[in-house]
Amino acid sequence: MNQVVPSNKRGLHEIATTEDHEDFVTMFIEGQMFGIPVLVVQDVLGPQKITRIPLAPPEVAGSLNLRGRIVTAIDVRMRLRLPKKKAEIGEGMSVVVDMKGELYSLRVDQVGEVLSLAAARFERNPPTLDPLWREFSTGIYRLEEKLLVILDVPRLLDFTRSEAI
Amino acid sequence: MDDLLTEFLTETGESLATLDVELVKLEQNPSPQILSNIFRLVHTIKGTCGFLGLPRLESVAHAAENVLGKFRDGELTVTPAAVTLILASIDCIKGILAHIEQTEAEPEGDDKDLIAALNAHAEGKGAAAAPPPAAAAPPPAPAPAPAPAAAPEPEPEPAAAAPVPAPAPAPAPVAAAPDHHDEPAPSVPAPVAQAQVPAAGAAAANQESALAAQTIRVNVELLENLMTLVSELVLTRNQLLQMVRGKDDSEFATPLQRLSHITTDLQEGVMKTRMQPIGNAWAKLPRIVRDLSVETNKKIDLQMLGAETELDRQVLELIKDPLTHMVRNSADHGLEMPEDRKKAGKAEVGKIVLNAFHEGGHIIIEISDDGRGLGIQRIKNKAIANGLATEAEIEQMSDQQIAQFIFRAGFSTAEKVTSVSGRGVGMDVVKTNIEKIGGTIELKTVDGKGTTFTIKIPLTLAIVSALIVECANERFAIPQISVLELVRTTATSEYGIEVINNAPVLRLRDRLLPLVSLRTLLKLQDSEDDRAETFIVVTQVGNYTFGIIVDRVFDTEEIVVKPVAPILRHINMFSGNTILGDGSVIMILDPNGIAGAAGEMAAGAQPVAEKAQSRGEVRAEDQQSMLVFRAGGDDLKAVPLALIARLEEIEVTDIEASHGKPVVQYRGKLMPLVTIDPAFQLKTEGQQPVLVFSDHEHTMGLAVDEIVDIVEEQLKIELAVSQPGLIGTAVVSGKATDIIDAGYYLTLAWGDWFGSEKDSRGTTPEGLRVLLVDDSPFFRNLLTPLLSVAGYDVTSVESPDKALNLRDSGATFDVIISDIEMPGMNGFEFAEAVRHDGPWSQLPMVALSSHATEQDFERGREVGFTDYVAKFDRDALLQTLAQTLSTKGAA
Repeated sequence: MNQVVPSNKRGLHEIATTEDHEDFVTMFIEGQMFGIPVLVVQDVLGPQKITRIPLAPPEVAGSLNLRGRIVTAIDVRMRLRLPKKKAEIGEGMSVVVDMKGELYSLRVDQVGEVLSLAAARFERNPPTLDPLWREFSTGIYRLEEKLLVILDVPRLLDFTRSEAI
Repeated sequence: MDDLLTEFLTETGESLATLDVELVKLEQNPSPQILSNIFRLVHTIKGTCGFLGLPRLESVAHAAENVLGKFRDGELTVTPAAVTLILASIDCIKGILAHIEQTEAEPEGDDKDLIAALNAHAEGKGAAAAPPPAAAAPPPAPAPAPAPAAAPEPEPEPAAAAPVPAPAPAPAPVAAAPDHHDEPAPSVPAPVAQAQVPAAGAAAANQESALAAQTIRVNVELLENLMTLVSELVLTRNQLLQMVRGKDDSEFATPLQRLSHITTDLQEGVMKTRMQPIGNAWAKLPRIVRDLSVETNKKIDLQMLGAETELDRQVLELIKDPLTHMVRNSADHGLEMPEDRKKAGKAEVGKIVLNAFHEGGHIIIEISDDGRGLGIQRIKNKAIANGLATEAEIEQMSDQQIAQFIFRAGFSTAEKVTSVSGRGVGMDVVKTNIEKIGGTIELKTVDGKGTTFTIKIPLTLAIVSALIVECANERFAIPQISVLELVRTTATSEYGIEVINNAPVLRLRDRLLPLVSLRTLLKLQDSEDDRAETFIVVTQVGNYTFGIIVDRVFDTEEIVVKPVAPILRHINMFSGNTILGDGSVIMILDPNGIAGAAGEMAAGAQPVAEKAQSRGEVRAEDQQSMLVFRAGGDDLKAVPLALIARLEEIEVTDIEASHGKPVVQYRGKLMPLVTIDPAFQLKTEGQQPVLVFSDHEHTMGLAVDEIVDIVEEQLKIELAVSQPGLIGTAVVSGKATDIIDAGYYLTLAWGDWFGSEKDSRGTTPEGLRVLLVDDSPFFRNLLTPLLSVAGYDVTSVESPDKALNLRDSGATFDVIISDIEMPGMNGFEFAEAVRHDGPWSQLPMVALSSHATEQDFERGREVGFTDYVAKFDRDALLQTLAQTLSTKGAA
């Protein structure tokens, strides 16, 4: 099945590093900027036709067809316990990531540019951060104007240990 | 040819081809890595030979291995002479292999010279020993078996293998093809003419390459990938078809049709590459059974039928272990020791029969033995001991239900753990494995006669046909395999969905079908509008049939089952998901999961862990569905649901009178309405709820106040009452409920329903066992409570055959009550059969019939009925029973 998508087969663990710089795809939910390592990203999608999955955890928005592969859509907003989406945000966008051969699409409000960030700007999560966020985040990058929360994709998609179900 | 041998030959052929190359490399560059490679290859060959019982091959390989071992350990240096020697032994091995391939046996003779040379070399005298010519290996003697050239058996000998050195090239005809056995069992060895044809080696080599050109070895992964690609192609084709559908004039239509055909052909072709005869999964069984028979001192005859039945590789892999396990069980637990068998009047040799065949897109595999059966009593004890059920529960179960306990985790009936089986892991794993691939397993067991397991599995897991349905604007796929039929209901149709205390049911051909609403089950949003029509997908899981209510039904589509994402695996309503022709993702419903949920809903307080299917069976056989209603007062009344043909609400204005009694026109006939007691007042406006009882041409309506519920419960009458119309009082759903005597009301409505009434009552005996044989569920349901209330212990069966089965399984009764008019064997024949021989030949038998003429009485007595009672003269029946039994007691 893997042949269908001309995907990069690199795993999650390798991170493109050029002189202590890491590349992140940025995205926004409720004005907050998040980032995920660029190498786990397969695709960035606009609004998609989604099939709802009855009885699924509320964070699972449904599943969609990405060039013949079934992708499970995760509502990141819901996952991070952010307030319900306002109507003006519209359909939003999705970032498709590969987790152990399974594709997931992370639904966010908007996807931003790819940033290459120096490791020097990285900081661990402040202890005051919401425990739930601390669990889903590996750390924070200090940018000029805002803070970039790096999401831990494997944890974000690990529903077995989450109490949210 | 034996599959194991074929595999060995193919594998060794490949190893040898590698060896040739490696050895030449070794000569040029004696690196330790090459050496150990070679050593390993030769070692493998030696090991496998020993396993397969090929001593000659083994000894050569062993000698060569010795030399190689010395090389590897640095005790000997690699010299051209040594390599030549090794090459010679490899050639020898090849010669022997070629012979084996031809005849399945090693050539006669030995390789003393070669082995001696090898040993000498190993001892350091290598230089002295001149390498014997390769001809030391006697050329193989191919026995040209008169088999058709199109042998289907893949015997891919790599063409790269060097031709077998043969001293004399002979122009032997290449007509010989390896004999092919469809049966993988190491059956009869090929009819081999042992004549040594010294020149046929070359011919064999030629033929080998011819064979090699016809078959190739392909990596399984490649096939899997191919299958995946074809699956995707099927999806894409479906997608295109969907787009062109409805556009008749599309220029794409013709090429698309062609594409469609080709895709189908391709799909079939690729499927075929994955198909393997089920015999492959059985190949090891004869050996296992043989070993077992030695170990346990039993004589076992294993018969394998339908070994050529093909099924998907993947499925085959998955059922291999369960099958092996079950055959082991049969041999170890099922079959008795020869002396026990003799005592039981059976042949000393126990039989285990494996039978595989295709049936409607499924493979059916039966594993049966003629052993002692499962030992219901032992299962009972064990189930109680292991806390799987209480004694009371067990008491209420039929033997078949008790047998189901063997599928429960932690259950093993073997009295002692043998090395073979009896470790308590087993049938539950078997069942889980089979269900995992969408299969079912059923078992039948007769004490002393044997046990039969029937496994039903889908042909392939990759592409299945599914019915697409819609509910609350969401579409779902249901595997076609589980769908029995579709029923469309509308507000105006004759059969609508009826709801009894939120439990929907449907009348389907005189049966009430429990329904589940997909909407409720999947917690889908309620659509506001009342739909004009709904569809019911009648689904079968195991023995449990139920209906799934959906909004719409589309067509069927070939779908490719893809597993759901790991985070969704806990939802057991879905077995997977797929992409439809229109590109949308759709969930595939799992009928097993739905049956489970439906069962839970119905069974309420039962422990969730219990499997849905067994629950379904319990309900189906053991418990009675009771309709609870109110009529003439607040107290609850109930009647067995099976007695009720329909529930109706009749417009009060439609009620007419005939002879002062209320009647309604119902389905073109007049249906008398009766009331629960004379004081009961029919409603004066609106609709009158009516329970409709029907049996053949008679229909009667019982007017009630309100229908309360349908409950499933073991009907146990606690208080018998003498009030007419009531059988007694039972606890239903925790409430005291009067069980009404439908028979009483039937006679009120139709005097001739059961014949004339009499006014005498017999005495009531206690705890006497009555066997009731009647094909009509109506009468069985009517008589069972009546007789129970009179103190009898009643067992009812629907046919004389079943009754005779009971007899053969050792059940005992005090009296038999039998209907006369029954399909198949009628009552007279049944009586003759009972009287003829067997443990029941002396039992009193009472005939029941609506044809109570003098001749019938006479005939009944002639064939052996003790008495004859008009159906349904309840009191006379009770009286007759009492009389019959007392005479019997006195005699």
